[in-house]
Amino acid sequence: MSVSIRLQPRREVSAAIQLAVLVLSLLAGFVAVGLVFVVKGVNPFFALWKILAGSFGSPYGISETITKAIPLILIGSGLTLAFRAKFWNIGAESQLLIGAIFATWVGLNLGVGLPAWLVVPLMFLAGFLGGALWGVLPALFKVRFGVNEVISTLMLNYVAAEFLTLLIVGPWKGATQQGFPYTDDLPAAAVLPLIPGTRIHYFTLLVALACAVLLFFLIYSTKFGYELRVVGENPEAARYAGIDFLRTTVVLMVISGGVAGLAGVGEAAGIHHHLTYPTVISGGYGFTAIIVAWLAKLNPLAAIISALFFAGILVGGDAIQISLGLPAATVHVFNGILLFFLIMGDTFVNNRIVVSAQRRA
Amino acid sequence: MEGILISILTRTLIAGTPLLLGTLGEIITERSGVLNLGVEGMMAVGAMSAFTVTLTTGSPWIGLLAAVLAGALAAGIHAFVSVSLRANQVVSGLALTMLGLGVSGLFGRPFIGRPLPQKLNAIRIPGLAEIPVVGRILFSQDPLFYLAVVLGILLWILLNRTRWGIEIRSVGENPAAAEVQGISVGRIRYLCVLLGGALAGMAGAHLSLVYSKSWTEGLTGGRGWIVIALTIFALWNPLRAFLGAFLFGCIFVLQYLLQPIGVPPNFLAMMPYLATLAVLLAGGLRRDRRRLLAPAKLGEPYSKGER
Amino acid sequence: MPKIEVLEMSNISKSFHTTRANHRLNLRIQAGEILGLLGENGAGKTTLMNILYGLIPVDEGEIRINGRAVRIESPRDAIDLGIGMVHQHFMLIQNHTVAENIALGLSGAPFLSPSRNVARRLEEFGRRFGLKINPQERIWQLSAGEQQRVEIVKALVKGADLLILDEPTSVLTPQETDELFAILRRMAAEGHSVIFISHKLEEILSICHRVLVLRKGEVAGKEETKDVDKRELARMMVGREIIFRIERPQLEQGEMVLDVEELVVPGDRQQMAVRGVCFQIFRNEIFGIAGVSGNGQRELVEAVTGLRKATEGTIVLGGQNITNASARVVASRGISHVPEERIKFGIVPNMFVYENAVLKQHRRRLFSRVLFLNYGSIRKHASAIIERFNVSVPTIDTPIKNLSGGNIQKLILGREISGQPALLVAAHPTYGLDVGATEYIRKQLLQKREQGLAVLLVSEDLEEIFELCDRIAVMYEGRFMGILATAEATMEDVGLMMAGSQPGATAGGGAKGAGK
Repeated sequence: MSVSIRLQPRREVSAAIQLAVLVLSLLAGFVAVGLVFVVKGVNPFFALWKILAGSFGSPYGISETITKAIPLILIGSGLTLAFRAKFWNIGAESQLLIGAIFATWVGLNLGVGLPAWLVVPLMFLAGFLGGALWGVLPALFKVRFGVNEVISTLMLNYVAAEFLTLLIVGPWKGATQQGFPYTDDLPAAAVLPLIPGTRIHYFTLLVALACAVLLFFLIYSTKFGYELRVVGENPEAARYAGIDFLRTTVVLMVISGGVAGLAGVGEAAGIHHHLTYPTVISGGYGFTAIIVAWLAKLNPLAAIISALFFAGILVGGDAIQISLGLPAATVHVFNGILLFFLIMGDTFVNNRIVVSAQRRA
Repeated sequence: MEGILISILTRTLIAGTPLLLGTLGEIITERSGVLNLGVEGMMAVGAMSAFTVTLTTGSPWIGLLAAVLAGALAAGIHAFVSVSLRANQVVSGLALTMLGLGVSGLFGRPFIGRPLPQKLNAIRIPGLAEIPVVGRILFSQDPLFYLAVVLGILLWILLNRTRWGIEIRSVGENPAAAEVQGISVGRIRYLCVLLGGALAGMAGAHLSLVYSKSWTEGLTGGRGWIVIALTIFALWNPLRAFLGAFLFGCIFVLQYLLQPIGVPPNFLAMMPYLATLAVLLAGGLRRDRRRLLAPAKLGEPYSKGER
Repeated sequence: MPKIEVLEMSNISKSFHTTRANHRLNLRIQAGEILGLLGENGAGKTTLMNILYGLIPVDEGEIRINGRAVRIESPRDAIDLGIGMVHQHFMLIQNHTVAENIALGLSGAPFLSPSRNVARRLEEFGRRFGLKINPQERIWQLSAGEQQRVEIVKALVKGADLLILDEPTSVLTPQETDELFAILRRMAAEGHSVIFISHKLEEILSICHRVLVLRKGEVAGKEETKDVDKRELARMMVGREIIFRIERPQLEQGEMVLDVEELVVPGDRQQMAVRGVCFQIFRNEIFGIAGVSGNGQRELVEAVTGLRKATEGTIVLGGQNITNASARVVASRGISHVPEERIKFGIVPNMFVYENAVLKQHRRRLFSRVLFLNYGSIRKHASAIIERFNVSVPTIDTPIKNLSGGNIQKLILGREISGQPALLVAAHPTYGLDVGATEYIRKQLLQKREQGLAVLLVSEDLEEIFELCDRIAVMYEGRFMGILATAEATMEDVGLMMAGSQPGATAGGGAKGAGK
């Protein structure tokens, strides 16, 4: 007699199972994070309560959550596109930065002479262009040279971060900033309006929501979306079907990168109003968005909710950082653990566990 | 002049050692067919563990041991998720990176900036270290350097001249064929992934105990990703890994050399990453050769009984 | 003294989900015997042998060797007991050498430098059984027949007394098949036993002493081969009379559709796979390319369908030069393609049936306007295909991976034919399908031929080639050994050409070809 535990693929995956597994995965993730807190000598329930209270427990918290959700919605929905084609775009951090750089250039140089209704769209255009250009590079590298996109996008992250730093301590250093490594502040016309009393730059929020909806239709209703899904699900069949890999990859990275660039515009023109150190501008959004997209099961509309959820974690994370003295790295722990439990959940969605006592002949 | 040259070469070897260790680990992992993108996280965990344990116990050797165990433990998570649960290896590796960076940052916080009194002192090999020039570069290095070199050679022998090597390589090329000969694909993959993690942990230990003798967040600085690129550059051959690792060690050292002559430091800081891209792009021009040398089933989950 | 004098499997039952793969099967074989295991795809033969080799656990039943009950829980156990298996799809590491492949999992091999040790042992085996193998060659350099011999030697070196061969001749030329049979007879004479799995009636009758026929998981017959003929075996296998030959009416050759001149196409490893072929295909015709896989057929098909670039030569379709046009352009000009590995290339397994129904045609105006897909007409189209081609699906919203191989192929065929193509390229279209689906697909091809379609058929199944094709080209090492009219060709001639000889070059019958 031998007892074996095997994974057996399911034939049908009902929505009920998917939902149940999702919820269980998140719960298990929270439990694991709680354990980490315990090891660190922090009461996990207190910590979790603080996180919730910080992000959803007050009008201020909610507005902060929405604010942080804006770039996550943008980047997250863009990533659902890339990931569906199994193009692992880990470079959203730098696509955001380059977008911010391009937009800041437009803002600083054109924002003085032109009215806001001209400057702001130009900034968004420039930001999209910047992110798209930076995103196209790894696409070309992959299709033309077979370079693994995880590595190339990551390397470009470092390159872009150094480039930005170079700009802010060098040629773009603000004359008005008293020696701090900032660019000059953006002129009034280039600054995005906020909902009074909050930091929500609503213009970008609307753009973000629109993008999520547009991307949803792109994936499911268009030829391009179909081809993209075939490329991701079975590249051999895509080749057979005459789908052009170069075109598909380049277009998807134009979109994914461009959308991340838009997030950069929002951060530069809506939150900071100048450029400064890369980690401040991009704030890890590019990485958090990966989990946002994964939790949303690569559905751009679901990414909106997923983004709000993770924004809440970020805001709450800030809250406990201050009150419990936990470093920013805690968020990475959170993200890593949750992502692990989500992938483990995927296994259980697609497979059944079969425990059997078998007699072998 | 001679002094500068010796200094450069010595420091190249020091800078390249963690890259070599990391690459050797990833080579054996990938040869068994598993892609582990979590090297950055494993290195960070190794670096943090080595530093903190060394400070608290007073012995760098115990610190090294802690790093090895920590790296293996981290890798174990990836092994479980990738091999037993057959999940997406790319995403699992990314999650491991996040977790590793996070855990090392979280638990290493109290140790940031503290000096390291107990060091892994350089070992001078008697006799050989007296050789002018070469002796000072090659034979008075820290113990981890020698360990890395020995491990590299042993790994080559293991993969190419032993029965275990045939099993590991077969599991990476055609796991179904190996299974049919009675080999346990899962067990070999677990072992290789864990070994890869142990080596990554060791690489991290070198960073915090020898290279910088300190701990900060971001100590690994993307080296984990460079290791993954170097694995491809080495064409999954441990001996070629030496070439790649020390080449990049040189690039890291050049950063500090060129700074005094006025090259902007941020541009210099980009060099390792641009070099990685360049190396990968150049390798892309010979993609056919690379495709033939890469383990055929790299990154594909294997189901027992799947044929 | 053979390790296995008698092996018995009693009352073996095994189910997967709700399907009964094996139901109370009994099998007995003794030393020196070659036992045939006959049945169509899905009858349960491979399952039974996988149980014997320890690859899958059994639900009920037991195995006895020399009267003693044994437990086989893994291939290792089977190997230790003296059972060896050669799978239909070789389990060899392409990039490794012969010696390395044989050393894999070999318990007697030394820890250090095992390949060298194995290489020495190989010489000895080669002499004993008349097999010539070079231990340093890499597997991808070997022909299918040679690779099979490596598999056999591998099993023997590990001490196999009983050898299980799963569909061994599917990749061999007729001459290589004869050589294999000679080897098997020598092994049987030395006291080894062989279980020979096949669906080919001729071969079972030729090489096996006895045959066990399986149908739907149960024993349908157990005979000495000298006591039965093809017709009876076929009836036991399928349960009804099967028609051996479909009627192929004579048709007037229509206008030329495809003209290929001096085509040269490179392979994957720096050599030329296609070395200058010329042929034309006309309407109302099925043009067949016969030959063992690996002689350039795949690359030729890929060149014609736009998936691979030719370095020399021209491909002209209906007067238009489409040489090196992309797959997309080729498809839009009217070449449809039923691909060789249907699941790997022909469908997207995780997508639904209706989404797969327009793979490759999704850009047609019927199914999409400017940017957007027209799901309404796509779904209608899918339903139409399912209806006309007898595809059995729960709904068109089912993930296509849930369908059986035969239904997937029918869908693919329906999809490719429904576009009213000028030329249909079908590569191994009935491979791995059960008799019912095979018959259906063949009938469809003949029907379309009558309606004016031109078909390029690539197949390893000589029976199929002779049944369906008007003209046959035999491909060997990248060239056509000849193009024959089916009516004037014989299987022997074609077999010789498949192995590289010219018919008529050897006088008399029975002379071994110039094969390897």
